[in-house]
Amino acid sequence: MVQKTELFTVSIYTENNVGLLNRISAIFQRRHINIESINSSISEIDGVSRFTILVEVSEDQMRKVIGQIEKQVEVIKAYYHTDEDTIYQESCLFKIKSDLLFEERQIQNIIKESNARIVTVNREFFVLEKSGRKSEVELLYRELKPFGIMQFVRSGRIAVTKDEMKITKMLEAFAGV
Amino acid sequence: MDTQTIQNQKVTTAKTERISGSEAVVRCLLAEGVDILYGYPGGAIMPVYDELYKYQDRLHHVLTRHEQGATHAAQGYARISGKVGVAIATSGPGATNLITGIADAQIDSTPIVCITGQVGSHLLGSDAFQETDIVGISTPVTKWNHQITKASEIPEVLAKAFYIAKSGRPGPVLIDITKDAQFEEFDFSYEKCTGIRSYKPTPKVEISAIEQAASLINLAKKPMIVWGQGVILGEAENELKQLIEKAGIPAAWTILGASAIPTAHPLNVGMVGMHGNYAPNKLTNECDVLIAIGMRFDDRVTGNLNTYAKQAKIIHFEIDPAEVDKNVKTDVAVLGNAKESLRMLLPFIGKNTHEEWHQEFKNYYDIEYKQIIQNDLYPSKDGLTMGEVLKEINLQTKGDAAIVSDVGQHQMVACRYAEFNNTKSNITSGGLGTMGFALPAAIGAKMAAPDREVVAIIGDGGYQMTIQELGTIFQTKVPVKIVVLNNNFLGMVRQWQQLFFDKRYASTELVNPDFVQIAKGYFIEAQKVTQRAELGEAVQTMIAHDGPYFLEVCVEKEDNVFPMIPTGASVSDIRLS
Repeated sequence: MVQKTELFTVSIYTENNVGLLNRISAIFQRRHINIESINSSISEIDGVSRFTILVEVSEDQMRKVIGQIEKQVEVIKAYYHTDEDTIYQESCLFKIKSDLLFEERQIQNIIKESNARIVTVNREFFVLEKSGRKSEVELLYRELKPFGIMQFVRSGRIAVTKDEMKITKMLEAFAGV
Repeated sequence: MDTQTIQNQKVTTAKTERISGSEAVVRCLLAEGVDILYGYPGGAIMPVYDELYKYQDRLHHVLTRHEQGATHAAQGYARISGKVGVAIATSGPGATNLITGIADAQIDSTPIVCITGQVGSHLLGSDAFQETDIVGISTPVTKWNHQITKASEIPEVLAKAFYIAKSGRPGPVLIDITKDAQFEEFDFSYEKCTGIRSYKPTPKVEISAIEQAASLINLAKKPMIVWGQGVILGEAENELKQLIEKAGIPAAWTILGASAIPTAHPLNVGMVGMHGNYAPNKLTNECDVLIAIGMRFDDRVTGNLNTYAKQAKIIHFEIDPAEVDKNVKTDVAVLGNAKESLRMLLPFIGKNTHEEWHQEFKNYYDIEYKQIIQNDLYPSKDGLTMGEVLKEINLQTKGDAAIVSDVGQHQMVACRYAEFNNTKSNITSGGLGTMGFALPAAIGAKMAAPDREVVAIIGDGGYQMTIQELGTIFQTKVPVKIVVLNNNFLGMVRQWQQLFFDKRYASTELVNPDFVQIAKGYFIEAQKVTQRAELGEAVQTMIAHDGPYFLEVCVEKEDNVFPMIPTGASVSDIRLS
């Protein structure tokens, strides 16, 4: 039975612990689920880390994987959300030859229209930064590609949810025991 | 580890004492009530062994002949006692040899703590002698693991290790300690761990779920219980017994649930699953309410999920939320510890007998008895069956023995026919199916419960996977009884080859050594039986013997285990031949 897959943003609040990334990624690997992107950072709570992982799976599989993630001792709480439930962004950097910035008028128009930001310019190259949705980043990539891109890199998705995630309350409840 | 963020709850404040990390390891073990540990020394764990030497009057270290044996012995110890088993090994190959036992403990929810030595912290990542990334390797098969590089971490991490291994759904924990942390001196104090903020081992039982479950059970015309090891781990045997007796519900068990309710109990209707009993498998697809208690709907239990109990309402009593709706969609999930849940359920349950429904189980049992059981236990052919060996063991031990089985045909026969009066009596490798499990597990079981008769039942294949543990038995004089059911085949694989691969017996026939001579080489009393007439007396001699004993029984070479649910078939398509 083939189940419909969709894109989910997984948010995992964890204790900041060596080896936890390995533990979490193994849960996906074991089920042959490809991680589209992964990001780890601090969260709004001191000493608590937050993973943001993007995967394309069926909702049934997503629910089961969340169960496996939450089972890990150092995971405080894990959630999954659809695109509609979240405000999400990714970021990218382009490294491009500086000559083009002055010789190709069109490049300047592309930068202006795309709301990209020039991070630095020197004699050899300039670096362009763009944050937004994947489609916006991809559009900019397609537009700049014909002029020659020296380097390109895109970050994983980061997202916040529209609804509240009651992590602080959970942690307070533990401290109060 | 960042101790700022791992906020363990402290219950006591002990005074400190300046000792080495390695002595701290031993002191932590003593503080956790450990009396026996199993292991094998080597370079990176030598400081701890030096302390074990000094503390040998209080902490008994058992030298196994292979680190895998140490983990299985720790498992046997844990399974029969309910306590945490402990295994210890050096770095590199010592550590990697633990992995099979750890994986077995993970899938069978067995609480063990494994301690490994590691190269000095300045050498980590340098491909030093006997360095291996055991934390990385063991991650997918441990409930928790951690590497210690500073002596000061030892008390807190070991306290967590024991707490995590035992609490909630139990499992294996591995703690890797660098050699410099073992040597380093620090101010030692020990506090037991009672909680970790990110870890919620036992969900709170919801009364609403209890009420829903009770109403389904009370309305049921054909209710059936399938219980698993969760009943034993949660020590809910009495509550389960009260439930089945009050509500008159036929109750079947998974392989790891065996012995929680005595075999002779009239409402115990036998084992479910691939080689389980006819009645509970058939009637899984006829019951109207299926009450699963502390079991996880393993594929060997359910067969084809698309045709598993589709007609029934499913109630799942389960401690691990990740198991709910994992394989079988439930109508009512009761999260929590089995004992607490069943205790809360009982007052809501109406009295019933379900006599007609119970008669259906008896009818199917009669069919199974005529076609299978009778021939297994009272064969008319010349060759010995595995079943009749079990019958003799039942007779001689009166159902009071703990049976430790390995993996394969003999295991299925042992679980089908062993009679159990007491809980925690069926010790076997269920989920992982680890050949070689039984001999070392029997050592651990007998040491943890010296007053109990412990009989290991092993095939000629699995026996040779950990046969070196005869050395451990000889050295410790642990009085385990070892029965090898020898059919000169890897019997279960051969059975599949016969049924599904047109009898192409690829690499399943074994040319075996003289097992009796091998046992005698370890100065273990031994006997070999080839005739039915000798069997009863041989089993009697073995049980009566004061000390370890080895009995080889040469059984029919090409017997098959039936009933059988072929892989991918429905439980109701269970075959009798």
